[in-house]
Amino acid sequence: MIDFDYAVPTSLSEAVSLMGSNGGSARMLAGGTDLLIMMRAGRRLAKLVVDAKSVPELNELSLTDSGLNLGAATSCKRIWDDEPVVQAYPALNDSASIIGSVQIQGRASVGGNLCNAAPSADCTPTLIVHSGVCTIAGPNGTRQVPVEEFCTGPGTNVLQPGELLVNIKLPSAPTNSGAHYLRFTPRNEMDIAVAGSAAFVQLDESKQNFASARISLAAVAPTPLFAKAAGDLLVGKPVNEESIQQAAEAAKAVAKPITDMRGTVDQRIHLVGVLTARALRKAVERAREA
Amino acid sequence: MSTTIERSSQYKVIGKDVLRPDGVDKVTGRAVFADDVHLNGMLHAKVLRSPHAHAKIRSIDVSEALKMPGVRAVVTSEDFPPIPEGIVKEEGAAFFALASDKVLFRGHAVAAVAADSPHVADEALSKIKVEYEVLKAVLDPREAMEPGAPVLHEKLNPMSFGARLEQHSPNALQQITSMGDIEQGFREADVVVEREFTTKTVHQGYIEPQSCVVDTAPDGSVTIWSTCQGPFRHRDNTADLLQLPQNKVKVIPTEIGGGFGGKEVPYLEPMAAILSRKTGRPVKITMSRSDVFEGTGPACASYMRVKFGAKKTGELVAAHLYFCFEAGAFPGAPVGGAVGIGLGRYKIPNQLVEGFDVVVNKPRTQPYRAPGATQIHFATEGVVDELCEKIGMDPIEFRLKNVVQEGDRNVQGVPFLRIGGVEVLEAIKNSDHYKTPLEGPNRGRGVALGFWRNGGGMSSCSISVHPDGTVSIIEGSPDLSGTRTGIGMQAAETLGIPFEDVRITVVDTDSVGYTMGSWGSRTSFATGWAAIEAARDVNLKMVERASSIWSVPPEEVEVSDGTFYHRDDGSKKFTFKQLAARLNATGGPVVGSSVVDPTRGVGPAFAANVVDLEVDPETGKVTILRYTVAQDVGQALHPGMVEGQLEGGTVQGIGWALNEEYFFDNDGQMRNSSFLDYRMPVALDVPMIDTIIIEVPNPGHPYGVRGVGENNIITPPAAIAAAIHNAIGVRMTDLPMSPGYVLQALWQQNGH
Ligand SMILES: Cc1cc2nc3c(=O)[nH]c(=O)nc-3n(C[C@H](O)[C@H](O)[C@H](O)COP(=O)(O)OP(=O)(O)OC[C@H]3O[C@@H](n4cnc5c(N)ncnc54)[C@H](O)[C@@H]3O)c2cc1C
Repeated sequence: MIDFDYAVPTSLSEAVSLMGSNGGSARMLAGGTDLLIMMRAGRRLAKLVVDAKSVPELNELSLTDSGLNLGAATSCKRIWDDEPVVQAYPALNDSASIIGSVQIQGRASVGGNLCNAAPSADCTPTLIVHSGVCTIAGPNGTRQVPVEEFCTGPGTNVLQPGELLVNIKLPSAPTNSGAHYLRFTPRNEMDIAVAGSAAFVQLDESKQNFASARISLAAVAPTPLFAKAAGDLLVGKPVNEESIQQAAEAAKAVAKPITDMRGTVDQRIHLVGVLTARALRKAVERAREA
Repeated sequence: MSTTIERSSQYKVIGKDVLRPDGVDKVTGRAVFADDVHLNGMLHAKVLRSPHAHAKIRSIDVSEALKMPGVRAVVTSEDFPPIPEGIVKEEGAAFFALASDKVLFRGHAVAAVAADSPHVADEALSKIKVEYEVLKAVLDPREAMEPGAPVLHEKLNPMSFGARLEQHSPNALQQITSMGDIEQGFREADVVVEREFTTKTVHQGYIEPQSCVVDTAPDGSVTIWSTCQGPFRHRDNTADLLQLPQNKVKVIPTEIGGGFGGKEVPYLEPMAAILSRKTGRPVKITMSRSDVFEGTGPACASYMRVKFGAKKTGELVAAHLYFCFEAGAFPGAPVGGAVGIGLGRYKIPNQLVEGFDVVVNKPRTQPYRAPGATQIHFATEGVVDELCEKIGMDPIEFRLKNVVQEGDRNVQGVPFLRIGGVEVLEAIKNSDHYKTPLEGPNRGRGVALGFWRNGGGMSSCSISVHPDGTVSIIEGSPDLSGTRTGIGMQAAETLGIPFEDVRITVVDTDSVGYTMGSWGSRTSFATGWAAIEAARDVNLKMVERASSIWSVPPEEVEVSDGTFYHRDDGSKKFTFKQLAARLNATGGPVVGSSVVDPTRGVGPAFAANVVDLEVDPETGKVTILRYTVAQDVGQALHPGMVEGQLEGGTVQGIGWALNEEYFFDNDGQMRNSSFLDYRMPVALDVPMIDTIIIEVPNPGHPYGVRGVGENNIITPPAAIAAAIHNAIGVRMTDLPMSPGYVLQALWQQNGH
């Protein structure tokens, strides 16, 4: 690991100006569970590391009538420790409580998971199905980007040099809705998804038909994938195994995985079907309980 | 989790769960491991490793690295004295002197840099320019045995694990043993099963990476602090490579965070010694986890073909075992050992075993807990399970019918003394687990039997008696698994004193006589025996002293249970403490010492498993529901630690069975050299394990001790494969039985 400078800004404006210094080679540090490992391995270089944990806006976690304001540096542990947040967004809790281990979750942030832009990121599909929107701050002010447009490839995202992610806003969950995220890993903890699937469903008043649905997939494309068509086809359909299998098939159709040490193309496409069906069943169950 | 002991003897100290003396230090962090050693002026070194699986080294230019501020020295193979033929006795040990003309695997050490900090050393590695001419690599043992395959070495050393092998082809050595007439045997068989099996490279996964601090004095003498299983082998190899007298190399074994066979050889010490000599300062090298995966010795991958024939009534009549072990870049896979135990657990009148030690462009393998046995048992027990199915016989009854017993002869023709194969099978048969029916879809049960011959060899020990009646014991076996406790207990038992009066320390190579390393399930057996002999020597000398105090002939003085007394005169009696208090004033202190080499008394041992599991038919993932291990341990010195060994070996076996593998790409690069992607089981992956400790005392050892540490890893892959078959009806013939592979097998079964 090469020597680097380290700064701890205490305001957003200070953070933005630090990120803009050093000719764009500054990197933000939230939990560091991706960054430090990559710097050690020489896969990320930074002359300046800017710590996110003392910037108030980056550490907000507030639940209001309009939804959730999730500061980018909020750790997974803060999410699963916050009972109202867990109640309102159980799928976010599903994601936050499977990353790494308890020790990792004490540091790892949702924003870091998103910015790191791994195809296998466990939080990102959940943010996508909840229609999350990113607030980005930079030298030219702030801008908003839907989560599903944030990642651009393995390890790359829409942030321009000098920009940072401030927060992710999730709209409040409508009535009769439910969501679930699950992944497949050979181990039961400390593992990276072979494939993952998040589902959000809203049922009609009878709770017998889908009013809307969103599905998003992990580890089966260069970025976390929004499987829009798979969710859309459920609109107006009755809640039954046939509809669920149709959506699962549609999700399989958009998956474009690769074969690597974690799984093969065939295995991953098959898993997308299995996991999407399971995610939908659980999301429906949660919607009916709600 | 439950533990049952079927106890056979009663002792005063042995067999009790005494407090282990190293426990508090390990739990509180006081214990000193190699990386905890800090010396004044110490430098830090890092190792440059080959990026290619097979290449000629055209040139190495270290000048830019040496110019970096903070860099103190660089070592390459040129700094080592030329290695005379035969001087380095261990196969392949020459490679601890760094790659010279060729690199033979990705991760092969090429150079090392010593600098003021590990970060500077790390950065300096990128400044070393190595020009390679990339050669075609061979990564599969069967391809390596084909004519025309890339050749790794001009000559192969024919010694493997003490056995002499024969050259088979440029990349392979072979060993063949046979008994009876297999063709005749297969003709007599009513049922024959033949299958091929493979297993992948797996790592021991010890939690502490290799680490050492080496200090070379101006007179050239070398002091080494190292995490090692065999300090004397480290000393001898280092002395050989540096061409120093053995008394100029001292190895101080630190506490060790696991080894399992992986810390038997000095990967770092010789190069660190040269860096220290060049700089006049102590040098530390600690591996990263990816160094450990790529630069040390994992357990060998294998290809195996097994054919067994049996009568309808269940008797095995013929067996043919053909296996290729992937040695890695240098020969030395455990072929000899596997030939010895491969079929050893059953009475098979006609058998042929052909073993091959094949070099390929991968890391040079090392033993891993019962080296070779897990692979062989996966294949042979798999075929046995299938025979049971075909004959329609209960798998335990089948094994009871065929298992070797006292008086049967092993492959070398030597009759077994008392052994516990029947007992472990009966224990499983009578266990609550086996008697409880398993219900539910996609669930299955499997059993397997494992056999391991255990080891003996040289050990030394000495015991000083202090005036207050406490004693200090020194011995030379690094404590991987609580052995110092069990060794101290054997001494205390022999002296007839409480364990609390014993202090036992593992010392350096200058302080105790030659002791073979802590491997081969030999330590509690052989070094324990050395402690017994040293204690007997103490007793003998104390008897003499009592006789001189009492002015009676020594023959009239006896000792039992720590009391010295006159045969006939009841008034003449000393407790151990009373006599100890008299020693210094009556002729000086008593020190007992011993050297033993108890190869004959080694007690082979058995373990049997029953496992229940469930397969998710949609994902192929296996969940272990219940696991019971029965193992014959001879005599449980410390039942708590014995239980730990049974559970630990089983967990490692479960990892090997289900998920662990080196994932190599086509260029021989390991793609998963981290614990995140090399999937050893975590706590949530294993159930609580029930252990049944069987004591069939080893008649070859004073307290009936048999090796305990290795046997337990042998059976899990075989038992799990049998259970998967029982659950979903497919025969799994390759390890690991990872979800992707189980899924594929299910697809094949359904004509997908
Ligand atoms: C042992 C282990 C297990 C893991 N298991 C999982 C797992 O199961 N699932 C999973 O998805 N991931 C896993 N990870 C990866 C990692 O923990 C997660 O991606 C985590 O959410 C990253 O968060 P962080 O706060 O640590 O990010 P950091 O490492 O601090 O940052 C990650 C990246 O995002 C950038 N960044 C962070 N915050 C901002 C910001 N506000 N603005 C701009 N850029 C920013 C950083 O510069 C860096 O490039 C694991 C990692 C480890 C070490």
